[in-house]
Amino acid sequence: MWTTKTFLTKTKRGNILKIVREHYLRDDLLCGSAACNTCPHKDDELVLETSPDSPCALFDFPHYLVLDTNVVLHQIDVLEEDALTNVIILQTVLEEVKHQNTAVFQRLLDIISNKKRKFYSFVNEHHKDTYIERSPGEKQNDRNDRSIRKATSWYEYHLSINSLDGKFPKIILVTDDENNRKLAQEDGIICCSIKDYIENVSGFVGLVDKLSKNVMPETCSKDALYPAHLTPSQIHEGIRCGQLYQGTYHASRENFLEGNASVNGFEKSILLQGHIGINRAIDGDIVAIEIFPKEEWRKPSNIVLEDKTEDPENILEEETVLLDAAKPVDNDDEITPTGKVVGIIRRKWRQYCGILMPSKFHGATRHLFTPAEKRIPRVRIETRQSEILASQRILVALDSWPRNSRYPLGHLVRALGPIGDKDAENEVILLEHDVPHARFSEAVLNCLPPNDWTIPEEERQKRVDLRDVCVCSVDPPGCTDIDDALHARRLGSSDGLATYEVGVHIADVTYFVKPDTALDKEAASRSTTVYLVDRRIDMVPELLSSNLCSLRGGEERLAFSCVWEMDENANVLSTKFHKSIIKSKAAMTYEEAQIAIDDSSRKDEIAKSLRVLNKLAKKLKKKRLDSGALLLASPEIRFQVDSETHDPIEVQAKKIVDTNSMVEEFMLLANTSVAQKILEEFPQCAMLRRHPAPPPANFDTFLKAARQQGFEIDVSTNKSFSKSLNEAVIPERPFFNTLLRIMATRCMQQAAYFVSGSLAADHYYHYGLACPIYTHFTSPIRRYADVVVHRLLAASVAGAGPHAALLDARRQAALADTLNYRHRHAQLAGRASVALNTHILFKNRVEIESAVVLAVKRNALQVLIPKYGLEGPLYLPSEKFTYNEEEHVQKCGDVVLKTFDELTVRLSLDSSNLQHRKLVFELVEPHVPGFSYVPDAGNMEVDDVADTAAPSSEKTHKKREIPAAAAPKPSKKRKSRRK
Amino acid sequence: MPAADLLSSQGLRLDGRRPNELRRIRCKLGVFTQPDGSAYLEQGNTKVLAAVYGPHQASKSKMSTEAVVVNCQYSMATFSTGERKNRPRGDRKSQEMSMHLRQALTAAIKTEMYPRSQIDIYIEVLQADGGTYCASVNAASLALIDSGIPLRAYVTACSASLGRQSATHEPLVDVSHIEEAADGVCLTVASLPSTGSIALLEMSNRLHMDHFNIVLTRAMQGCRDIEVILDGAVRQHLAEGWTKQDVITI
Ligand SMILES: [Zn+2]
Repeated sequence: MWTTKTFLTKTKRGNILKIVREHYLRDDLLCGSAACNTCPHKDDELVLETSPDSPCALFDFPHYLVLDTNVVLHQIDVLEEDALTNVIILQTVLEEVKHQNTAVFQRLLDIISNKKRKFYSFVNEHHKDTYIERSPGEKQNDRNDRSIRKATSWYEYHLSINSLDGKFPKIILVTDDENNRKLAQEDGIICCSIKDYIENVSGFVGLVDKLSKNVMPETCSKDALYPAHLTPSQIHEGIRCGQLYQGTYHASRENFLEGNASVNGFEKSILLQGHIGINRAIDGDIVAIEIFPKEEWRKPSNIVLEDKTEDPENILEEETVLLDAAKPVDNDDEITPTGKVVGIIRRKWRQYCGILMPSKFHGATRHLFTPAEKRIPRVRIETRQSEILASQRILVALDSWPRNSRYPLGHLVRALGPIGDKDAENEVILLEHDVPHARFSEAVLNCLPPNDWTIPEEERQKRVDLRDVCVCSVDPPGCTDIDDALHARRLGSSDGLATYEVGVHIADVTYFVKPDTALDKEAASRSTTVYLVDRRIDMVPELLSSNLCSLRGGEERLAFSCVWEMDENANVLSTKFHKSIIKSKAAMTYEEAQIAIDDSSRKDEIAKSLRVLNKLAKKLKKKRLDSGALLLASPEIRFQVDSETHDPIEVQAKKIVDTNSMVEEFMLLANTSVAQKILEEFPQCAMLRRHPAPPPANFDTFLKAARQQGFEIDVSTNKSFSKSLNEAVIPERPFFNTLLRIMATRCMQQAAYFVSGSLAADHYYHYGLACPIYTHFTSPIRRYADVVVHRLLAASVAGAGPHAALLDARRQAALADTLNYRHRHAQLAGRASVALNTHILFKNRVEIESAVVLAVKRNALQVLIPKYGLEGPLYLPSEKFTYNEEEHVQKCGDVVLKTFDELTVRLSLDSSNLQHRKLVFELVEPHVPGFSYVPDAGNMEVDDVADTAAPSSEKTHKKREIPAAAAPKPSKKRKSRRK
Repeated sequence: MPAADLLSSQGLRLDGRRPNELRRIRCKLGVFTQPDGSAYLEQGNTKVLAAVYGPHQASKSKMSTEAVVVNCQYSMATFSTGERKNRPRGDRKSQEMSMHLRQALTAAIKTEMYPRSQIDIYIEVLQADGGTYCASVNAASLALIDSGIPLRAYVTACSASLGRQSATHEPLVDVSHIEEAADGVCLTVASLPSTGSIALLEMSNRLHMDHFNIVLTRAMQGCRDIEVILDGAVRQHLAEGWTKQDVITI
């Protein structure tokens, strides 16, 4: 049943190596067509129809399509539409696509697996009649093209001789390569370009808009604005001999003509400036860089520059502003290695949300698209629906960026909804941050237990019964996904110290989420619950997150318990882990718990238990701080949302009481205890969380700014850092210390999940918490990492063998990468949602607020409004202000503005451009004649700095773990993030 | 631990085989005249020569009054892999291979029939493309038959690995070099398929218990399939009548 021809391939590697591989050619591969009566198809293998209706006006006969690699790579958006069916995807194409772009490959596989689409993948490379060998001297690409033509001819022939009644579909080869078309026609194959084909398909509105634009070859220099990119082999050679460097391009958010690239071997990232220096690199691309000689190195221009030009067609504007600003001064320590992009190694394009800026000319089809993400340049797209789209949020994919085009070329993917519409805006946030937010599929919902599920008898047998223990939970108000509960009780005494039993009980999510089920896979791919101001995108369906897993008061629930024996100085004497059944006595808010502790008349069990917990937590915290844990801060706010419209009504500082910190301490303790246990049991594949110490260079600007305020901060270790942060207090400016901590937070590295076997043990350290190993165990309802940790812990305490995937170090490492990616994007999405709601809040109001300076730029101040956690630029005109580069200050007469200064600003929403609202900051205090805004007396209230600052400085210290920066704060129905 | 990408979405392996298909096996008995028995065997691109001497009187030091002493020597030709390497005879890897071969082959030979004697089996790998141990056992099995030494049964060896096709795990029989190199697990089993007994079992990596049975079953099935092929070759060899060796000795 299988033929056995072998063939030889010769491949060259570093030192020429001959590789011989077998290649089996088969005669049992099916053609997949219902028009064939020879191949022994089973029913579900008949993918292609007997006589499909032609969707295309050019061809009035039934036909199948064969696509070449470039058509798939460039036109995947068109293929995802339902317009094309009965398509043959050759293995040659599939493999090339896989090799060139894994994202497109995945999307193609999804299409193929969708039965309705009738895409058949034919294994032509292993079919005895369609396999061809590369002839001597033939290029791989030419061979592949020939292989595609060969398979096309074979299909035509195969169907013609095996058809049922002499009627059979024709085969049409779709390729944009003219040469290939010519050769195909010589072989008698019907062919067509994708553009011709799609433009003649009727019945699908907007399909043409999704066509990716033709690519001008890099070698063509007609009307070129940009220098040509080097070819891959030139780049490879350049990197090999050390003339070029490889790096990831990061565009600047503030200045569209500036960016940098992190390159191995350079402490500072490489500065790239101007159209030519950036040379069509787009944020995230992997680029090849040539670094200038040292004399030509410059420094970041420090100006805020937006691409505002009115559709300039294809001209590059003057860049003198930028280049002047970046001229180096002698011995400037900010001089950065500078270079230019000479080639693109790999594009990392995704789809971008944004708005259309219709052309001024009526009836034009070429328009500009402005992405929501400031780091992405504007995109030229073609559409005939510009009038409808102008008021919509749209999704656009990039196609190419030829040398003669000012902007990259792209095409419309779909419209998301009207601008300003809450749902459309939320959709934008979710898409931009790659948050999977589709409804849970049938398959996932089928994994759920029934709504009236109760604990089955056999689980009661297996678990420790803690229903009589006085367990309670403490959470923010309105929290419905309660994943932790606590208890504490007096045991006795040892060595003259009182001893206590303290338990942390975590929702037993893994009981419901079994490995490798559809539910498990969906949860893993979501990785985390995402909190927007008015919406929560759950990681697991609501039945679990808000009911069966949630440790509600008064209900019996399954839990995973971590129970310590502790002495009164909070030293852990013993630790045990077990699955249990609990019945929470009360689900309290932080405030309720605080009242229970403070009210000395309360002598009930709950209050007693809480008091013990609170006392021990304080001792734990002190120990932690003594060993060097950092208290950092982020501006945190909380919206009050209208219960019907979901519009924000008011925003306020989050209130924080002792009990927040109490719960946090025990969660930290549980996480570290579990981390030790799973690492001990699974040294190679424990899922842990690390936080690397920041490189000293991160602190440069921060230290300089602190020095201007008269403080020397010692950042050599986390302990000394923590100590000097504590000492940097200005009594009359209570917010100053918090501000310092906010800035310090921004110097930090990201904490990340990793698999223990993938790193050396000295990299496990968690810098922010100052603990040698750490993991996440306490929030399995809303974090997938905790689910993995629960499974590992269950395997190590119950002795039951762990599930196979848990021990697959490589799969776990890939999972850790996904978790980190999702975690980061969930945070960003949350912040974007806060920004969106702030805009809505300010739609009809103007306020005068206290603000602080976060950074001084060449033409602007970056200011923060502590009350709202809002940040933005306050532009300073250069004719009034002079910028001192060495000191990083802006001067105008007597007024000197520097980092950490406190100002009063007027805050309003600029709605002049309805499509792109932005907040405008204007200076009120200190007063600069002719520049500062003068409020009408009595019309506006001015908040006193101290008023708003006092509660925030208190509150922001209580963060359970270092957040990257501002964490969005909960709306009515969301839960604060526990780390 | 199943390695990624060993199976395509259409369920074919990298070289075009289905998961349960062996590589092409070609073999020939009696390729040399000097030894008492010899065989040449190709399993895909892995090519092996085996020669058997004996039984003859055992050297004093090794002699056993109970059973025949089986002596194996495994070596790889300098040109057998992509990178040419001078392999001293008796390096660690060869010694280990020799020991494992000896274990598998001793299980098949009716050792009790020749006390105080010795059988020498020499195996040379001419080209290596994964599964050299399996090919060596299979070639030696043929060479033993060619030499006329009484065997309990055919001894054959086969390897198996684990691939993943979307969500389901699929064991892969007769692992080639690229599949071996893909960092998955490779289980090698030598068995006497007609009796169902296992002479040797070895794994290159950790394999989860959940998957062990399916991989082992597939490797055992591979052993049975190989036995059928070897048996066919032996029968054909005999049907051809006189072997070259016989022609010369007459
Ligand atoms: Zn057919």
